[in-house]
Amino acid sequence: MQAVATQPQAGRKVAFRVRLARAAAPYLLILPGGGWLLLFFVLPLLALAVTSLESGDFITGFKFDLNFTNYSFGIQLYSPQFLHSIEFGGLATIAALVIAYPAAYWIAFHAGPRKSAYLLIVLLPFFVSFVIRTLSWETLLGDFGPIFGPLKNIGLLPNDFHVLATPAAVSFGLAYTFFPYMLLPVYASLEKIDRRLVESAEDLYSNRVDVFRHVIFPLSLPGVFAGVLLTGIPAFADYVNQDFLGGVGTTMAGRVIEQQFEVDTNYPLASALAFVFMLGLLAMLLLYQRFFGTKDLIGD
Amino acid sequence: MNKDVVPEHLDPSFIRGLTQRRISRRTALKGAGALSVTGFLAACGIGGGGTTAPASAQHVNWVWDKATKAGTLDFANWPLYIDTGQDAAGNTTYPSLQKFTADTGIKVNYSEPIQDNASWFAKVAPELQQGQPIGFDIMVVTNGIEMTNFQLKHWLTELDPTKMPNFFKNAAPRLQKRQFDPGNKFTMPWQSGLTGIGYNPKLTQREITSFADLFDPAFKGRVGMFTNNEDVGNLTLVGMGIKPEKSKASDWQKAADKLKQQRDSGLVRKYYDQSYIKALEAGETWISMAWSGDIFQANLSAGNDDLKFVVPKEGAIIWTDNMCIPVGAAHPVDAITYMDYVYQPAIAAMLAEYIDYITPVPAARDVVLSDAAAATDSATKDGLLGTANSPLVFPSADDLAKTSYYRVLTPSEASQWNDIFNAVIIT
Repeated sequence: MQAVATQPQAGRKVAFRVRLARAAAPYLLILPGGGWLLLFFVLPLLALAVTSLESGDFITGFKFDLNFTNYSFGIQLYSPQFLHSIEFGGLATIAALVIAYPAAYWIAFHAGPRKSAYLLIVLLPFFVSFVIRTLSWETLLGDFGPIFGPLKNIGLLPNDFHVLATPAAVSFGLAYTFFPYMLLPVYASLEKIDRRLVESAEDLYSNRVDVFRHVIFPLSLPGVFAGVLLTGIPAFADYVNQDFLGGVGTTMAGRVIEQQFEVDTNYPLASALAFVFMLGLLAMLLLYQRFFGTKDLIGD
Repeated sequence: MNKDVVPEHLDPSFIRGLTQRRISRRTALKGAGALSVTGFLAACGIGGGGTTAPASAQHVNWVWDKATKAGTLDFANWPLYIDTGQDAAGNTTYPSLQKFTADTGIKVNYSEPIQDNASWFAKVAPELQQGQPIGFDIMVVTNGIEMTNFQLKHWLTELDPTKMPNFFKNAAPRLQKRQFDPGNKFTMPWQSGLTGIGYNPKLTQREITSFADLFDPAFKGRVGMFTNNEDVGNLTLVGMGIKPEKSKASDWQKAADKLKQQRDSGLVRKYYDQSYIKALEAGETWISMAWSGDIFQANLSAGNDDLKFVVPKEGAIIWTDNMCIPVGAAHPVDAITYMDYVYQPAIAAMLAEYIDYITPVPAARDVVLSDAAAATDSATKDGLLGTANSPLVFPSADDLAKTSYYRVLTPSEASQWNDIFNAVIIT
């Protein structure tokens, strides 16, 4: 009797536990990722926002007093450098796209079984440290370096011709540095295109240009946008290329933030500038998410 | 150094030429990550906390009352800024440190984590702010805004003058009265150097003698200036005939205006960090602001005399890197023992023979000369004589009389200074 009486109760208990576990599972699963995001993204961002509204100096200490002048002062003082970031970063992104798209297209459609080998060849240089590669470009692009030196010697270039220490060199360096971030997503989206769509377009008397314009390119757009984001965001924020390859008039926002933080120990101003930067990048991400969702950015 | 026997890439002077001590850490650590780290640190509110207890004049609870010799010492220096050798197994050794250990029984954990003052300050500030030891008993910091901040924040251990007899006996008199450390309360100099002008006579096609030569239209686009705003600002003040220590904000503005004019007329190719020497060697700049030791080393590693360093007739900037003991250091007695130890002429000579910057001990010259006299092979002898006779290691009294230190800046002056000169270099 007793056993019979306890049986259903125990069953209900189990059922309740299962239901509870099922309800909790998604939250438990998201806990590591969510905790990570909270600890390493949300909290620092909040701290950054708080610091950006402080006033005072390093010696006497900073106080939180909703000092919004950090923003107005910073933006007013350094808008040319923010514009440089957008200009050089934007140019670099366009250049990377123009170079990466045909390469990705060729690998995806014409490389046959050797696709991964070609991808590896393209990516191989990027196994070397980024700083060392940029330093190498500084040498290669030198006024009398291996590229321009011989051309000057045979009189093809005027003696005072130079690329180093110009905005063009900075944009070039950025495009080179972040090239794989453009190539890979574009390649991934081209690779995924169902070849039957191309065939049916051809069956319907499309020529190759029309196939590209109406089938391939639209289907690769998510990859293009992912590439633009993945290239553009670090290119805007970069300050190595402008330092090694730039000259007078090429300072970018990342360098200004670094200067304010390290040399001037003006943490509130540095934080305000960094926060403006983060907001700009966040806006770009939201825009992407709005148009394309996140499916193609992270793959499915 | 016999260039015929030693492959060039193993020549220590060549290695030093590649990685001089003043190389900027930005080169090493720049990566996308650095920016977010910066933001994160800033976000943690380092430097917040406000005032620390003032150093007591009466020495209540003075470190030296309780501290005893521990037999070990953690030393933070700049890269390639000490004499090195090799043991039988090919490992790097530091002869002067070995000698110190043999003489005193104190073992030295030597490392070279300091790449530039600003980043070093940013790195240790959070720990010091929280009252924690930074893990080093000696660190080497240049006079300048960071040095001032270390002192104002009371982050340096006040030295016990009774423990530094060699310093008072042998340090150059000018180093015993430095504006940035009155009374030698917190620091002892490690080495000094000059900020002046470096140039390639083949390219400028004339002798450079004056600060005004940096403004010669004939060198359009071929002039290198420093991105370090203390160097660029102070040298310009000196060049304009203004003593930095007596300068006012209005003078700084005048100097900045002059520099902006130079920049906007297209004379300046770039505001350089340590990379200026590479540009000068490559002929990309013809004339550049320069640090004395670099030019010496660049010629040494290139095996020629292409580059020249000049103290402009208006004067040059002298800077001094100083050993100091951060508060909370675990082994202060061992630290001060070492700091004083290097003021023996024999030890100072060991260092000078290798480093080729200005040694703080003038008497070291006699030791270098007698080492040269005792040298058996001519290459070593020439090298040592070169060091002893180099005006960049043992500068003449005349040259030194023409040098000024950076303007010592209070925090509010520093922010004014930064605003004024950042407007020049950040373009």
